[in-house]
Amino acid sequence: MSLQLTLHTSPEVPLEAEVLTPEALDSLKPAGVSALTLRHGNEAVNVGEFFRVSGSADEELRVEGELGMVKLLGAGMQKGRLLIDGHVGMHLGVNMAGGEIRVTGNAGDWVGPHMIGGRIVVEGSAGHMIGSAYRGSPKGMLGGEIVIHGDIGNEAGNAMRRGLIAIGGNSGDFTGVNKIAGSIIVLGQLGTRTGAGMKRGTIVSMRDAELLPTFSFACRYRPLFLDFYLRHLRKLGLTIDESWLGARYRRWSGDSIEFNRGEVLLLDQ
Amino acid sequence: MRIKNTEIIDTFAEAFEMWAARVVITADSPEWAQAAAQSMTGFATSVISCKCEAGVETVLEPADTPDGRPGIAVLLFTMDSKSMIKRLVERIGQCVMTCPTTACFNGLESEDTVPAGGQLRYFGDSYQSSKLLDDRRYWRIPVMEGEFLIDEKFGMQPAVGGGNLLILGRQVDDALPATTAAVDAMRNVSGVILPFPNGVVRCGSKPGSSYKGLMASTNEAYCPTLRGIAPHSSVPEDVNAVFEIVIDGLDEASVGEAMRLGAQAAATAGAVQISAGNYGGNLGKYKFDLHKLLAS
Repeated sequence: MSLQLTLHTSPEVPLEAEVLTPEALDSLKPAGVSALTLRHGNEAVNVGEFFRVSGSADEELRVEGELGMVKLLGAGMQKGRLLIDGHVGMHLGVNMAGGEIRVTGNAGDWVGPHMIGGRIVVEGSAGHMIGSAYRGSPKGMLGGEIVIHGDIGNEAGNAMRRGLIAIGGNSGDFTGVNKIAGSIIVLGQLGTRTGAGMKRGTIVSMRDAELLPTFSFACRYRPLFLDFYLRHLRKLGLTIDESWLGARYRRWSGDSIEFNRGEVLLLDQ
Repeated sequence: MRIKNTEIIDTFAEAFEMWAARVVITADSPEWAQAAAQSMTGFATSVISCKCEAGVETVLEPADTPDGRPGIAVLLFTMDSKSMIKRLVERIGQCVMTCPTTACFNGLESEDTVPAGGQLRYFGDSYQSSKLLDDRRYWRIPVMEGEFLIDEKFGMQPAVGGGNLLILGRQVDDALPATTAAVDAMRNVSGVILPFPNGVVRCGSKPGSSYKGLMASTNEAYCPTLRGIAPHSSVPEDVNAVFEIVIDGLDEASVGEAMRLGAQAAATAGAVQISAGNYGGNLGKYKFDLHKLLAS
């Protein structure tokens, strides 16, 4: 049986819930969880003022309700499962190092910033800055996987260093901007200025895209490694067309204003 | 002991500790996978001169390979764990990476690993890149036809080398079919290879020589032409041809099972006598008693 938190009072301003992770609550009974402190705007409040707590902890935490104003869920999470039934607010899984977060609805901006390990799966769409570095930080995501079934906004994977971001739908502009390495796979349409300033790493799309003039066309070929990723994403629930496996992709190298060892792979239509 | 008309000599095969790795080679077609495997396992019959022993363990269907393409599983054996990395880098680098459309994956889960792909990546001259997925790192090495994909690490484990059968027949014409029947039966055992040509050795050796500096020399006790000359001959009067099958395996059980199936098949196919080679039991850790194997 898992520990369940049900939102009974909608917050008027963002509710900062970084304390709500499976491992932080693992040794607590419902009363102890209810007494934990959250930030509601500039006020300190108890969990119980917003959530009804039931069940018992077994490394699985379920949170449900209209959570769009609840931020920082799963922050720093290292193990266990966090299941969010509904939409969730910003900064989901910031600094996450292990375990799994699954969201049945949409997520706000900043999913998995500075993530180190583990996996976040959002069954709906998500906002801007997925798997990105906070402003001023030289490195963003350092590992782990973020899988968004729907669409996302701008600057996914900003300054990411390692790991995988997979998008089932479309991405906004500046996907992989200033990327150091790592992989971003967008099954839908890329926005503009993809990979601007990227040093290394891979950005993939199954649609055609207009690339910056600082990217140079290399060849059409079959990148065998990509089949591993696509099969992996299929297991995680994304719809992978069989024709994408073993297919030819057009390889573009860039960004030449930087290290020029990055690649953009576009399915050869 | 007799099986049908075949006499099973009351002796044992003496085998040694080795280290083994399993390399899975895939390619766009079974033919190219086979070409790479054949190249990689060429000149790998005996550690005496080849530094390693290697052979095809099995042909893999696309559903059974990491990348969903046709594949071949190759087992490679070395005398110690230290030399494994060198042998893998040499053979994968020269025989698999060079072969069109191939990729190369680790086929043995073990705590002991060697970074064969991690060393071969330097062929990429700084253009190589890696991908880490499910805690497994792959190296992508740019080559003239695209990319060569290889696992960073290959597992290795202690293994058994030098299991053997000696199959004696009236003439080559009947000894060889009995031997190949044994080979066919042994190939059905997973975890073993028969490193010699088509699995058969005609020049079985003994350790040492009358010539200084030679590590091995002909096993005169089983040479029919030396029956009247050699100080001791194990060739019966009605025998004029002897073949040996050498078996390397991932463990004692698989080598024993291969020997058992091989001896039964050779006997069924008309061998006059079946024996095994040993060094008096003083050198090898493993002893495979023929009578015990065939009684099981």
